[in-house]
Amino acid sequence: MASVATSLHSRRETAYAAPRATQDPVWVRWLLTGVALAFLGLFLLLPLAAVFAEALRKGLGAYFASFNDPDAFSAIKLTLTAAAISVPANLVFGVAASWAIAKFSFRGKSLLITLIDLPFAVSPVISGLIYVLVFGAQGWFGPWLSDHDIKIIFAVPGIVLATIFVTFPFVARELIPLMQAQGTDEEYAAISLGASGWQTFWRVTLPNAKWGLFYGVILCNARAMGEFGAVSVVSGHIRGETNTMPLHIEILYNEYNFVAAFAVASLLAVLALVTLVLKSLVEWKHHQTNAE
Amino acid sequence: MSSRSQRSVLPGFGLTLGFTIFYLGLIVLVPLSAAFLRTFGMTWSEFVAAVASPRVLASYRVSFGASFAAASVNMGFGFLVAWVLVRYPFPGKRIVDALVDLPFALPTAVAGIALTAVYAKNGWVGQYLEPHGIKVAFSEIGVFVALTFIGLPFVVRTLQPVLEELEPELEEAAATLGAGRWQTISRVIVPQLFPALLTGFALAFARALGEYGSVVFISGNMPMRTEIAPLLIITKLEQYDYRGATAIAVVMLVASFVLLLLINLLQKWSRRYHRV
Repeated sequence: MASVATSLHSRRETAYAAPRATQDPVWVRWLLTGVALAFLGLFLLLPLAAVFAEALRKGLGAYFASFNDPDAFSAIKLTLTAAAISVPANLVFGVAASWAIAKFSFRGKSLLITLIDLPFAVSPVISGLIYVLVFGAQGWFGPWLSDHDIKIIFAVPGIVLATIFVTFPFVARELIPLMQAQGTDEEYAAISLGASGWQTFWRVTLPNAKWGLFYGVILCNARAMGEFGAVSVVSGHIRGETNTMPLHIEILYNEYNFVAAFAVASLLAVLALVTLVLKSLVEWKHHQTNAE
Repeated sequence: MSSRSQRSVLPGFGLTLGFTIFYLGLIVLVPLSAAFLRTFGMTWSEFVAAVASPRVLASYRVSFGASFAAASVNMGFGFLVAWVLVRYPFPGKRIVDALVDLPFALPTAVAGIALTAVYAKNGWVGQYLEPHGIKVAFSEIGVFVALTFIGLPFVVRTLQPVLEELEPELEEAAATLGAGRWQTISRVIVPQLFPALLTGFALAFARALGEYGSVVFISGNMPMRTEIAPLLIITKLEQYDYRGATAIAVVMLVASFVLLLLINLLQKWSRRYHRV
């Protein structure tokens, strides 16, 4: 009897004592949560809300009138074009790179992974500058390009190239660790059961990696549509021709046309929110599939 | 030997690796080398004159100083946010958790004009600060605010997984051995988080160093005071001073690569720490 009593007693005591020893008092929890939320509110929520408040400052009519502008329209079109080329390009690269890196062993692999991450370490401004040095009028191929009447810098191809550079690692860096963790057993099984390489890739590898792939594409797209510094260097800011949405925002803002600037900005802010929602959904889905 | 032949069962190695290296070279390595090769055409004294003039030195001071301050604040508050998100339950936690990534998702130009609107003289926050003589927009503090915004997710996202994996047994052991809560945190928890904290700091610092879009709107871009190095590169380009721009770019690239190396070492350290 005594032993049961003591064990019950001690159990109750540990049940009480454990949270008390490794958890913080209620007032500390409230205080820390409050400070953290205040910090996030001040630095994240306030600027986000300001975008919409400034865009709607002169009412809905002025807001929608801002989009009745051929330059804004062509900026939206160019942004979509740049993303439509750079995201698939980096998607194909990401899949190829992660297949080579995750499914085979070879020397210099970790160097290759570091090099793939390199564009993240480069300032956006420098990302644009290097393409000017290669394709610009004074660049390596400048004279040859102008002889053949090909324009890359201060034209759409330069914008696409700069966008590809800044979004280069997104898909690869999501897929590589995921596919490395998944190993090669399932692929070996498929091959030994007579599947071809492509069949193995489409039926085994891709379904396994789909959430990582989707995740990378979402982030890649958000950056592609929002890139400012790199694109600013190579664009030449020709209104209606080489302005993307972020560059168009800058022009409107510098002309003190604040409502129109924030109206275009609000579209990109909505894109950012959609990106965050999709990202959370993918994380949740991925968690679920892993738990199964 | 056996593992090699076993691996070659899967096809496509040559094709995918070849394409990876080709695309990497074409998009990243060749253009990046252009920056370095361009500066080799300069004499040493030309290079020094381009990267060490008083205005350029002032821009490094602004860039490195504000990035350091922003990354430090992010290290403190990032720790707090990660701690609260991992340890304490509160309503709306998932939304807050998702919102932490906003600086990754929001285009920098949008962040720039939004922060300027909030901190300008008549802005939501600026109107309360200016009467006290605190000028945020168009001052050094503005640069700091923009860089803090940009770097915010790095510390939180680096710390979160490490905090989640901390073993509660260690905290319990500390408590059983008579440590107070504060002693447990400072002697048991923080040392375990230290590599991750430093990694987060370095990531936020590296990102802030190269940042352009969010800063140019809020800083006012005053030479010698609030002009950051990336902006100076653009200014030189607009004056067709390609050599001057490239020389500054090379200095910044070397700084970034050193940081990248440091971050890789830190992450290795962090991983080893956690396996033990």
